[in-house]
Amino acid sequence: MPLLVLRGVTPVHAQSPHDVSFLSTLGELREATYSDKANIVDRLSKSGHPSVRAVLTALLEDRLYFRNNDRKIFIVKTAEGDPLNLIDPVSLRDAGSAPVDSLTQIGTNNALRRELRTAVARFALSSPEVGVRLDAVREMLRSLDDASVALLRARLGVETDGGVKKEIKTGLALAALDSSDTKGRLEAIATLKQSLSQDVRNRLALLLDKSADGTFVERDEKVRREAASAVEMIDSWRRLYSAIQTLFFGLSLGSVLVLIAIGLAITFGVMGVINMAHGELMMLGAYTTYAVQVAMPGHVGVSILAAIPAAFIVAGLTGVLMERTIIRFLYGRPLETLLATFGVSLILQQAVRSIFSALNRSVVTPGWMSGSLRLNDALEVTYNRLYVVIFTLMVFCLILVVLKRTRVGLEIRAVAQNRAMAKAMGIRTEWVDAVTFGLGSGVAGVAGVALSQLTNVGPNLGQSYIIDSFMVVVFGGVGNLWGSLIGGMSMGIVNELLEPWAGAVLAKIFILVALILFIQARPRGLFPQAGRAAEDK
Amino acid sequence: MKRKAKAMVMTGWLLIAGTGFSKAAVAEETIKVGVLHSLSGTMAISETTLKDTILMMIDAQNKKGGLLGKKLEPVVVDPASNWPLFAEKAAQLLEKDKVAVVFGCWTSVSRKSVLPVFEKDNGLLFYPVQYEGEESSKNVIYTGAAPNQQAIPAVDYLMKEVGVKRWVLEGTDYVYPRTTNKILEAYLKLKGVKAEDISINYTPFGHSDWQSRVAAIKKFGSAGKKTAVVSTINGDANVPFYKELGNQKISAEDIPVVAFSVGEEELSGLDAKPLLGHLAAWNYFESINTPANKAFIAQWHTFIKNPKRTTNDPMEAHYIGFNLWVKAVEKARSTDVEKVLSALPGLETPNLTGGVAKVLPNHHITKPVYIGEVKADGQFNVVWKSAAEVPGDAWSRYLPGSKDIVADWVTLKCGNYNTITKKCSGQNYK
Repeated sequence: MPLLVLRGVTPVHAQSPHDVSFLSTLGELREATYSDKANIVDRLSKSGHPSVRAVLTALLEDRLYFRNNDRKIFIVKTAEGDPLNLIDPVSLRDAGSAPVDSLTQIGTNNALRRELRTAVARFALSSPEVGVRLDAVREMLRSLDDASVALLRARLGVETDGGVKKEIKTGLALAALDSSDTKGRLEAIATLKQSLSQDVRNRLALLLDKSADGTFVERDEKVRREAASAVEMIDSWRRLYSAIQTLFFGLSLGSVLVLIAIGLAITFGVMGVINMAHGELMMLGAYTTYAVQVAMPGHVGVSILAAIPAAFIVAGLTGVLMERTIIRFLYGRPLETLLATFGVSLILQQAVRSIFSALNRSVVTPGWMSGSLRLNDALEVTYNRLYVVIFTLMVFCLILVVLKRTRVGLEIRAVAQNRAMAKAMGIRTEWVDAVTFGLGSGVAGVAGVALSQLTNVGPNLGQSYIIDSFMVVVFGGVGNLWGSLIGGMSMGIVNELLEPWAGAVLAKIFILVALILFIQARPRGLFPQAGRAAEDK
Repeated sequence: MKRKAKAMVMTGWLLIAGTGFSKAAVAEETIKVGVLHSLSGTMAISETTLKDTILMMIDAQNKKGGLLGKKLEPVVVDPASNWPLFAEKAAQLLEKDKVAVVFGCWTSVSRKSVLPVFEKDNGLLFYPVQYEGEESSKNVIYTGAAPNQQAIPAVDYLMKEVGVKRWVLEGTDYVYPRTTNKILEAYLKLKGVKAEDISINYTPFGHSDWQSRVAAIKKFGSAGKKTAVVSTINGDANVPFYKELGNQKISAEDIPVVAFSVGEEELSGLDAKPLLGHLAAWNYFESINTPANKAFIAQWHTFIKNPKRTTNDPMEAHYIGFNLWVKAVEKARSTDVEKVLSALPGLETPNLTGGVAKVLPNHHITKPVYIGEVKADGQFNVVWKSAAEVPGDAWSRYLPGSKDIVADWVTLKCGNYNTITKKCSGQNYK
């Protein structure tokens, strides 16, 4: 009963004529085509109604609906769930709820969303958060009109943050390029010279164009000269940053290569086992990530961290099982090991096909791993790649510490260098073999966690990386962890340098050919293992 | 104990009923329908759905009383994503099982592999997937889109409605993207786009390191002209591609990507947020609200016993193809391939989106074209549709080698008639 009363009361609140015209404009959205909608949005944002911002934001985020039976327009709180909670678009008060079926969403397309974003940005200009203001100014710079310029000019007077001020000044300078006063244009160019933005560069370059009759668009020669030098300056900075970006791409691809190769550097490098199932151990790690994520719904970020030890254990135990049941009977017989582990790889692939189906599984990327870190207008670094680089270095250091500073590591090295002597010293070599293989496999699993963030988690994940990982280990020098690090990183960088002009397919071929030639000249790789152990192999 | 006994009695009855039924089925003459789709291997993901679609259509037709008073009997074989095996299995269906018609194939290479078999044994194949064109066989009905029913309208939409001036043609390195991009490049140049405003690039199957490609697209798109990517990227490689676009903050509002091989089925397995607003061009979308489509989706959910399964464009093509075949058989009053083939051109059947699919003399059909933007739930929001159904072209009008060639199986009885030399150059034209 109280609910009923409340429902009766809500719509009765006073509707001013302003509200009525706002509502009728809003109502036109129901039937309009996309180009008409753009027009309506323009009228709405000029109406000055207090709830314009909320309505436009809702439209931008696909949260504006109309009810099918009475055709009234509502904002919904979140677009997920059933029933949806409604908000009245004029008073912005709660207006009950309604099942999804009884509502129709007011759709948007790309062009309309672009328009809406600019309209919403104007409101965000006075937000208390610096980041929101900065984004708003950048958004407005993309399509400057007189109204935005006036808003920016007003904002400059009260703005306190230096970064935002700088962006606003850029915007005003861009607008000043159209001024009829030569001095004003020269000053604007002097300001814009500091910028790194491609949009600014393109705008300045327009000054150098000739119009159809052969005369320059910009009539003043001094302005043209200044503009040309500004374009040249921005270009040279952008070239520098683009080189840095390519280097980063190379490092990030390199660290993926290193990550997939570290495990192999232990099993193949230290033990000499050609493990064709190495890729499938990575696949197990990736599937473990998926399983952990399914088991922890709602905690995407934590689940990725939890997946790291889980993947190490799953892949590590699988590795120990493989070593105990198959590989230990085949030491010293590389061909049989190769075939047996290839068989294991097929079994593992079919196993995940049966358990998880042949379809790829989608592993959700946590918020802090998507997007990119903006260093300046010309250089952005994607977070997922950045984390992979850091993660690789951490794993590498950890393995190095385990091998060089712990007792297990000492025993592993001892067995690798001289099995008979180690045995004579009282080391249980069989146990050490199992631990070494388990360690290598576990690291492969950990690499799988990282791969789940970069590529598809499916039964074929391992196959697409196995060749690359062997290439890195062979190039770096069998049995040398540092070799794998340097080898992987340099292969990554060379690949990224080649790719832009050779294309992805040719770049791969070039690298393979170069690697073959290199191995011809230095059969033991970049950092050959010295001493007796090397002679034995 | 009692329950067990009861169950045993039941089983016994079922067995008797079962044998009785199968005997009856054997005695009764059936019409055999071949289903040639990979049920294992890499293509199983896509093709299994199509096998189920045909089984559903056959089931529904039998419930309506069959065809010409006989029941339809599906003969399902598994070519296992292995192209030479497609030809072997096709020969088995036509020569050993003597099927009246075959519904099958997905990739162009599998179609090319079975083509000689169908022509030798005079079989009938309904091919349901969008393809690169440049083909018309007497024995194949192409119910998927030719380039002028998908790629060309999509480019037109971007050019006219979105105002795109610069083009990136990004594809996986195999025959469909290469032929489609060749046609698109010729078309764009015809429309006055300069060579420096077109960038064509190919990546291998399953490419996962998209950093530098996406950075290059971003750079290409920042020249001050509206840029779009036309993607013929196939399968797996799409997920890391769209992820990288999202991470490098290229939104559909800045540089829209229009894809020809990303549909509801592909989106159902992944997080659609990075794809928001990107485009796809198809002849059917699950989200199109017509009574026929609603009924089809409901029928599909009941048949597959999973209310979450999506429907997609090739499924609609099979729906159309099956109905066309049924109509042709009823018209010819026979399942004889020659008679059915002569009955097919000119036949019409309603499609699922409120239009009509008509078989053309070149063995392609008329299809409406839709452009949709990806929504957060993995469905498409239709932003453009063609004014009327577009007739499929077997031979592209925009390629120098093929624009003089016409296919006409009604009057000319030829799939590649050269209008200049006035010669039918035979099936092996190249």
